[in-house]
Amino acid sequence: MKRNKKLRINRVSPFSEVLIHLIVGGFAIACIVPFLFIVIISFSSAESLRTVGYSFLPTEWTLTSFRAAFDLGDTLWRSFFNSMVVTVVGTFFSLLMTILYAYGLFRKDYPLRHFFAFFVFFTMVFGGGLVPTVVVIRNLLGLGDTLGALIVPALMIPFHVIIMRTFFKTSIPDSLIESASLDGSGEFRTLFTIVIPLAKPGIATVGLLTAINYWNDWYLALLFVRDRNLFPLQFLLMEMQQNIEFLRRNLTMIGVAGGVSLADLPGEGLRMALAVIIVLPIAFAYPFFQRYIISGLTVGAIKE
Amino acid sequence: MISPKYKKTLAITLMMLPGALWLLVLRYIPMAGIVIAFQDYRPHPPNPTLINNILNSQFVGLENFRFIFATDRAWNMIRNTLAYNGVFIVLTTVLSIALAIGLNEIGKKFFAKFYQTLMFFPFFISWVVASYFVFAFLDPTFGVLSGVRNWYLDPTGWPIILTIAHLWKTLGFNCIIYFAAITGIDQGMYEAAAIDGASKWRQVWSITIPSIKPMIIMLFIMAVGRIFNADFGLFWNIPMNMGPLQGVTEVFDTYVFRVMQSPIAGSMGMATAAGLFQNVIGFICIMSANTLVRKFDRDNAMF
Repeated sequence: MKRNKKLRINRVSPFSEVLIHLIVGGFAIACIVPFLFIVIISFSSAESLRTVGYSFLPTEWTLTSFRAAFDLGDTLWRSFFNSMVVTVVGTFFSLLMTILYAYGLFRKDYPLRHFFAFFVFFTMVFGGGLVPTVVVIRNLLGLGDTLGALIVPALMIPFHVIIMRTFFKTSIPDSLIESASLDGSGEFRTLFTIVIPLAKPGIATVGLLTAINYWNDWYLALLFVRDRNLFPLQFLLMEMQQNIEFLRRNLTMIGVAGGVSLADLPGEGLRMALAVIIVLPIAFAYPFFQRYIISGLTVGAIKE
Repeated sequence: MISPKYKKTLAITLMMLPGALWLLVLRYIPMAGIVIAFQDYRPHPPNPTLINNILNSQFVGLENFRFIFATDRAWNMIRNTLAYNGVFIVLTTVLSIALAIGLNEIGKKFFAKFYQTLMFFPFFISWVVASYFVFAFLDPTFGVLSGVRNWYLDPTGWPIILTIAHLWKTLGFNCIIYFAAITGIDQGMYEAAAIDGASKWRQVWSITIPSIKPMIIMLFIMAVGRIFNADFGLFWNIPMNMGPLQGVTEVFDTYVFRVMQSPIAGSMGMATAAGLFQNVIGFICIMSANTLVRKFDRDNAMF
């Protein structure tokens, strides 16, 4: 009670608090407004676009854009499938490699840990650059134009190794590892039956960061993928934006297949609808997992 | 019979192997590929494997570097990279700390949480989707600001647009990191200060800022160390790769990518040279920033 009163004494004045709400709240709203805007645009009719352009208050609401997006059919579903495969497979292997690597760095009695720590952290400050990396992936590994090119180059992220190791350090007491070792538990068993169950929050954090990384990727597709059948969703969206010809060609096809005339199809609306569809899974999920990510990032940012 | 200790080391090394192998192939072998920077690198038609290409390409010494730095385009993109990053670092640091301090003063915890959730949103959005957000405002036909000028053909205003886009994407994330650090500060210090009659401003300058100084310095060093590395997604997707805008939107990473993609013979060597220059300077920057910090404040140096 006394503490509470003191805290109230140490509050800013009501006027200042309103000002803070305006500034911080204003910025917070600005973070979400562009998304709400494209949601509105994607529900605006072509007629509304012609008369008032992109507007927060369209003259007419319609589902045509979303219908058009789903009428893209195979193009959309194939990209969706590619994004899913890349995200699921990539996250699984990335997580496995990160856990295994971070475990070695975490073990104080592992004699090679300094070497391997340097081995990963040096890549954060120096690298061969874009061209040699692309050439190695394309020519040496032969991954050009495969889904592998969208997965393999993003498997290890040094920052994720740091977060994971810090999580191990803060959540697993050394004594536990020692007693497991005295009980004759092998390293793999110690890792999978003791360390991993205890470090679940850390694994969730890194797993989410990795999954978002894969879901949002378009850069690897830009570098390595030419085959339209292998486009992930993000890259499909990017290509559409920068390649209107592609859009026109597909709209003609939909017009024939869906029995909708070309004039009814809002090309811009369609792209906006696609952008909304891509963001939706993240927009719905992130308020629930942001807690994990915040704790993970703040733990990861702690200096050793 | 192998000793248990040796067996343990072996088991852990086995665990390190997948990651270590990945690093070797995707990070260390490309470092050896730097040799391309000193070559007139061309595919070797009969059998164009990486090794054959390198072995059969001619060494040209520093010719690639000389060629790059003889062009105005190179100096322009270096200037752009440094100017944008300089502005980004200062604005992001100052504004995100200010927002975090503001967030901390909000009495109703519900609002603080709600604002945090909204602010975190851009972190989860790719630059491709963000480019649609910008497009909704700047689209020449339907955009909200379409009446002002044809934005995608006229470079005027782009430095500001890109700065706003960058701040939109990164401020919330940085603010939350700082906010987490601020909430970790011992509340007793503030109470003691308030009893002694210290104003809010005074508390911010004498308690909050000094308490989060290690974090500010660490994030600052990392940012300065990467001052030659531009955010490719921002500079590639937001201006939608439009030619007329290149004068003000071309930065190091987009430059290297464009040179690499160009069909001109020998462009691979030049793109490698530009990338190497970027990495060496970046390495020097991060080491100097770290040394500088260590000199003044040993505890806060990264290594």
